[in-house]
Amino acid sequence: MLHEWLYIGIFLTIALAIPAIALTIAGILSPKKPNPIKNSTYECGMETVGVSWIQFKVQYYIYGLVFLVFDVETVLLYPWAVAYNKVPLYGVLEGILFVFILASGLIYVWRKGALEWV
Amino acid sequence: MSFIQDPIPWVIHWLETLLIGWGLSESLTQVVLFVLGAGLISVGAMFFTTMLIWAERKIGGRFQDRLGPNRVGPWGIFQTFADMLKIFTKEYINPVGVDKVPFNLAPVLSVAAVLAIWSVIPFSQTVFGTDISVGLLIIIAVGGLGEMAIILAGFGSNNKYALLGAFRAVAQLISYEVPLVIVLLIPVMFSGSMGLNDIVAAQKIPFIIYAPVACVIFFICSIAENGRAPFDLIEADSELVAGYNIEYSGLKFGMFFVADFLHAFTSAIVFTTIFLGGWQGPGVEEMPVLGGFYLLLKTLVVYFMMLAIRFTVPRFRIDQMMALNWKVLTPLSLVAVLVTAVVDKSIPQGNSLFRIAALLVANLILWLVADRMITAFRKRHPVQVVSNKRPLARPERLPAGGEGISQ
Repeated sequence: MLHEWLYIGIFLTIALAIPAIALTIAGILSPKKPNPIKNSTYECGMETVGVSWIQFKVQYYIYGLVFLVFDVETVLLYPWAVAYNKVPLYGVLEGILFVFILASGLIYVWRKGALEWV
Repeated sequence: MSFIQDPIPWVIHWLETLLIGWGLSESLTQVVLFVLGAGLISVGAMFFTTMLIWAERKIGGRFQDRLGPNRVGPWGIFQTFADMLKIFTKEYINPVGVDKVPFNLAPVLSVAAVLAIWSVIPFSQTVFGTDISVGLLIIIAVGGLGEMAIILAGFGSNNKYALLGAFRAVAQLISYEVPLVIVLLIPVMFSGSMGLNDIVAAQKIPFIIYAPVACVIFFICSIAENGRAPFDLIEADSELVAGYNIEYSGLKFGMFFVADFLHAFTSAIVFTTIFLGGWQGPGVEEMPVLGGFYLLLKTLVVYFMMLAIRFTVPRFRIDQMMALNWKVLTPLSLVAVLVTAVVDKSIPQGNSLFRIAALLVANLILWLVADRMITAFRKRHPVQVVSNKRPLARPERLPAGGEGISQ
């Protein structure tokens, strides 16, 4: 059991190391001739006005919240799906009740107009 | 098992005996083999990407009535290597005010997030990295790391366009992850396990036949997760300059590029594994090595379909794309899970032909109902052109009776 996860750990380390090594090699090979114009923020030739970390509209945050609710609730359905072949129809219906809870959440968000891209 | 029937486990077994013969302990041998295997798979995937980039450019050229790359080597096959040489010697531009850690971490993370998916893919009956019981969850979780890379890139760049592009990209990616995750319940239900080996082993008949609606939803969502046309709003050149990777140069930009191409192939291989039966095919019981070829063949077909869609379908607008996800795919995937669960449980077990027929009919009815509902909805809400009445500099010069400029 544990050595299976060891493989995942090794794989993740190697997957992180390969691009890191490639970037380091390219950093050694590449020329380094910075100048202020080249290093300025790229906005199609316009001068940057104000700070760059500005506030954006709340729509993205709402999508983030809805995603969080849905993903967490769906992950709770996975154990039910694994046990699907072993439980009787009654157990399946309980899972379906949970799907209805998910759907009611979706309908609520929809009726509140949070899904409209404004 | 002889060498011809199954070469790779044969080589692994030979290496194992060799290493133990050198006096290494059993667990250390295991670790060495893991490092070797993981290194081989990830380096192989990276080199495979160079071929994929060439193939994609060539096929894309043919789709658009061009020749595609044709100068470097036969059929331009070494074009990518020439590009690699060039990009390796390009200067890194570090724009003023970047947040160093996220800015440099993002390209690494974006490649690593895609590569790590390969750790759980079963390549044939006997060749797989590891058979953990939550392989499907690993794929979903690691897919989420890619979104992390995008938001890091956008936040670290100190650029408004990059930040806006990253927000849009993450809004798209997390939205399309919802139906993807819901739909993946169906293969788990059929196979009774979240391990990818068990899922493939359960597909004597591929799941695409049991659950075509789920299959189509998964396909659409995986294209959207790639951020490819028709969902390529992540790099909408005309609106966001270039998107989240605008401030990157040299190989740092190249890493996002590599991650994009590798992700397309990776989602093709995940789709094949989950819905098309992975390595299953005639004769795999006797010759497990055939499984690898079947997997490659199916994956290439799926990959070609993704390319065909990419090069022929125009782009969605962002509100259309979000509406498609939240108002069509998410409810449809919930209903698909519900219908599949009820139908599969209520029919008598054992008769596989009857089961296939019942599930197919259920899916067909679901598809038709969804189609009718969308058509009715679009009849009730016809498309409105908001730019119908534009403010004019000189309204008195309009033709008589004209309210605005006609389209």
